[in-house]
Amino acid sequence: MNEGQKSPGIKTQLRPNIPATRALPWVVPFSLLFVWQWASSAGILPSRFLPSPRAVVSSFIELSISGELWMHVRVSTLRALSGFLVGGGVGLLLGLLTASLHWAEILLDTTIQMVRNIPPLALIPLVILWFGIDESAKLFLVALGVFFPVYINTFYGIRSVDRGLLEMGRTYGLSGWPIYREIILPGALPSILVGVRFSLGLMWVILIVAETISARSGIGYLTMNAREFMQTDVMVVGILLYAILGKLADLLAKGLERYWLRWNPAYQPTR
Amino acid sequence: MPPTFSSREIAAEKEGRSRGVSVRIKSVSVGFGGRTVLENFDVEISAGEFVAIVGRSGCGKSTLLRSVAGLEMPQNGTVILGKVAGQNGKPDVRVMFQDSRLLPWRRILPNVMLGLEPALIPQARKVLAQVGLAERANDWPATLSGGQRQRVALARALVHDPNLLLLDEPLGSLDALTRIEMQRLIEDVWRSRGFTAMLVTHDVAEAISLADRVILIEGGHVALDEVVNIPRPRTRASARFAALEERILDRVLQRRPLIKDQW
Repeated sequence: MNEGQKSPGIKTQLRPNIPATRALPWVVPFSLLFVWQWASSAGILPSRFLPSPRAVVSSFIELSISGELWMHVRVSTLRALSGFLVGGGVGLLLGLLTASLHWAEILLDTTIQMVRNIPPLALIPLVILWFGIDESAKLFLVALGVFFPVYINTFYGIRSVDRGLLEMGRTYGLSGWPIYREIILPGALPSILVGVRFSLGLMWVILIVAETISARSGIGYLTMNAREFMQTDVMVVGILLYAILGKLADLLAKGLERYWLRWNPAYQPTR
Repeated sequence: MPPTFSSREIAAEKEGRSRGVSVRIKSVSVGFGGRTVLENFDVEISAGEFVAIVGRSGCGKSTLLRSVAGLEMPQNGTVILGKVAGQNGKPDVRVMFQDSRLLPWRRILPNVMLGLEPALIPQARKVLAQVGLAERANDWPATLSGGQRQRVALARALVHDPNLLLLDEPLGSLDALTRIEMQRLIEDVWRSRGFTAMLVTHDVAEAISLADRVILIEGGHVALDEVVNIPRPRTRASARFAALEERILDRVLQRRPLIKDQW
């Protein structure tokens, strides 16, 4: 590339600014929705298998007006985020430790890699025995599941920091905290954020299972409770809520990537 | 285009030309995995001198530079840097690498400021202006061309006002025109600031156009140590330039035994 000149880039055939192209991703979901509604009203799809979209919407409105929905959403979000903060925080710190200090790697890495192969959900019976079905059980499960992706990606990110930059930093007299602040942490950040994004997905999966098995509140409880009374519309509302919350978590992670990695052309929105 | 330094500026700074530090490399041996790269290597460089080190790839010229920078620990021998008047402690040594090694996550000005107090921002801006990139202070390194990045790397080294500047093939990956531009810039700052410079290069013409002295390394030893007696600024078209280049190249390529020339 020449100085100050921008490369023209590959001409895409679909231009994002034309309304037809913008609408394109929504064609399939809306068609499915339409077919679903039609099948329900025609009586092909009995409501005890799947409620009609209209019934789902009205039960969503009903639940949000009564405030019941928001209570469950708040409880679940709080559980997810606190579990994420605890597990992600410990993963980040331990990843930093084992990647930076050789003896820490020798001491801890084998153990961590062994524990990693146990699915966190396999621990549910034991966790119920330890913590009962109150908050700490869910916090523990989410934190445990979220820990590994953050840990592994932090470790890998720090190990793959450009040696040339580290050498340059040392010739400029950097050592200790400044070398972490200027070179190691920013260099490992793309990898750490991959771990964070992965964890955010895992966070909801674990929470859903934990809440459906043992809880007295939360979205999982809402859906399981609805099953007892055959309220399929409430069940679908709960499932859709997970989808929305998962998408929001992913958007948050993407936003962090955009902001923290704005120096990296690979993370810039395409022009 | 990088600005050239006015002759008045050069003359004024030459008066107090005491920045440079002498370098004494005494019987230095460096090896990697049983293979000796440098063996009992001796070279003395006086304060303020510009020395170019040439040789085929793998001859140990980069290793020599890295030993002086303290990035490589010699198995034997010592590298002694001279004392600098009015400066207690270690002389300031900066390295410019073949790749710019800018921090991609810092904008240009913070890159130049690496390891400096925030109070020195005006100083950093001044040096950035000297390399002709004042208006790029707030850009990301990824948006700069290779030549511009090397100029930022030069500014980053210069803002520390080093006593010794080590240049490890800093122009190796640049195109021919940008190289010439950068050579002029490096010569200008060296002349105005008077630091000692060690340049490792595989380009004999580059060595001759910049250095007071060209050292050829072969098999871990000094094979040739030539003082370049051509007045500055040097033009490649001159007969003396061409003759010297021919002579050194012949020695590198071992086309014929070295014969002393008349001039």
